[in-house]
Amino acid sequence: MINYIKLIVLGVVAVFALVAANYARDAAYMVHAIIIFLVTAGLFLWTLRSTDEPVPAKVLETSYMDGVVRAGVIATAFWGVVGFAAGTFIAAQLAFPVLNFDWAQGYMNFGRLRPLHTSAVIFAFGGNALIATSFYVVQRTSAARLWGGNAAWFVFWGYNLFIVLAATGYLLGGTQSKEYAEPEWHVDLWLTIVWLVYLAVFVGTIVKRKEPHIYVANWFYLSFIITVALLHVFNNLSIPVSIWGSKSVQVFSGVQDAMTQWWYGHNAVGFFLTAGFLGMMYYFVPKQAERPVFSYKLSIVHFWALIFIYIWAGPHHLHYTALPDWASTLGMVFSIILWMPSWGGMINGLMTLSGAWDKLRTDPIMRMLVISVGFYGMSTFEGPMMSIRAVNSLSHYTDWTIGHVHSGALGWNGMITFGALYFLTPKLWNRERIYSLSLVSWHFWLATIGIVLYAASMWVTGIMEGLMWREVDANGFLVNSFADTVSAKFPMYVVRALGGGLYITGAIIMCYNLWMTVKRSPALEASAAAAHATPAE
Amino acid sequence: MGHETYNALRHFADSWGLLAMFVFFIGVIVWALRPGSRKTHQDAATVLFRNEDKPAQD
Repeated sequence: MINYIKLIVLGVVAVFALVAANYARDAAYMVHAIIIFLVTAGLFLWTLRSTDEPVPAKVLETSYMDGVVRAGVIATAFWGVVGFAAGTFIAAQLAFPVLNFDWAQGYMNFGRLRPLHTSAVIFAFGGNALIATSFYVVQRTSAARLWGGNAAWFVFWGYNLFIVLAATGYLLGGTQSKEYAEPEWHVDLWLTIVWLVYLAVFVGTIVKRKEPHIYVANWFYLSFIITVALLHVFNNLSIPVSIWGSKSVQVFSGVQDAMTQWWYGHNAVGFFLTAGFLGMMYYFVPKQAERPVFSYKLSIVHFWALIFIYIWAGPHHLHYTALPDWASTLGMVFSIILWMPSWGGMINGLMTLSGAWDKLRTDPIMRMLVISVGFYGMSTFEGPMMSIRAVNSLSHYTDWTIGHVHSGALGWNGMITFGALYFLTPKLWNRERIYSLSLVSWHFWLATIGIVLYAASMWVTGIMEGLMWREVDANGFLVNSFADTVSAKFPMYVVRALGGGLYITGAIIMCYNLWMTVKRSPALEASAAAAHATPAE
Repeated sequence: MGHETYNALRHFADSWGLLAMFVFFIGVIVWALRPGSRKTHQDAATVLFRNEDKPAQD
């Protein structure tokens, strides 16, 4: 019966998508309509083929649902390489503008590729990592199979469809020009649906848990899912010009729009890239160290302090703008207070190793997790400092900001995700261990040196640029033109691209290592494998 | 939105709203650090070392 309803819905959407492709007012919308048509028509045929077939026996509640986590691990590794490649390429474009090829103008120039890079690393790489690990962690810590059956698969495929729509939209010019929220209204609506299902699956699993406690990692994941839902909806309030086109008009305007955008933008950092990844930290660091978190009490205080304070920090992006001073001061003060819970969390993660520090020498995966927490500490010190109005007057609009973001994203988010992937792959494919620890070490050093080159070059060029912009002569005239700063930055831009190159080389080595783990690493012993047995899904 | 709505919301935010959030926050910290919670927290902290391979059965 349910299949008939599915067929009707898929059929209606497929026909509507064809009509939309015909009436489309712009290329991005037309391509999206065609993608939607292909997806829904394919699903229609697939559903039709399986209708009235014998239903396979229901999977019992005796195993975890790991198929969707395996898919998430693959997607994370894939999108990671795509996002790093895009980043390295646009870094090279900034150093060598000739790489903005004439034949690809309007599609592959810096302006089109930059949001592709940021969304690919934050939402495709980071988002898939968060969804996969949250599904893995919530099952293990709740001692319950994922709630909602195939809803988890809907979340996985729906989210990745969102990524494809966002990426194709950017290249074809379908953007609402809001940083980290570039997708247009129709893509935003789709993400809202997927996200609410994600929330339902996650909360449903927590509700049916067999453990009395909700483990702290799940608190962080849950706050990430709920807050991102709120941020996404309010920041994307807009009215489409036509339902046949991707263009929309924002509901807020002027300074309200700017404040909403940076309330969104900074909390995307705070809840997507921080709270969600702290959920990963509170599971994978103790697991890899084989000892419980340093202080569970501290983790509770860490959680509440972080979410109560982060939500107010956004206005520090709008110093010296039309935003009232009291609002930007509020954002600055909360950003500085935020230093405390951030370092509380860092200490909690690092001290989990107390009594097991030797693992840093013997276990490169542990090393990866620990350096990520170290980078978390560094960027959560740098961030509050940069939010101070006087520092911000030098750093804002310069490459220092870019360097700060990357020490957080490459160092904290990237490294902890790599550590989680190295942890998960042998577990999910029933392998004894990772294929090669020395390749993990190679990855570790390539990535670390890459980040150091990236961050150091951006500090130099950012501070230089800031100082050049404000330099005035005895008569009060500006000394440097904008183009002077651009040419002065050239060597640092080359170093930055080099750092990106090292980082992506490490990620490719990781993909090879994960692949070989599945292909070549010895399987777990039969008795242990029986315990791990994965159901046919 | 009218100026009056803005003013009303702002006054609420920097008085009762602020107080409520602050009290809640302090309450959470006191609750986390309450005497006798050590055993509960130790139990919670080791959740991730149980049920690694399959869900708990009733």
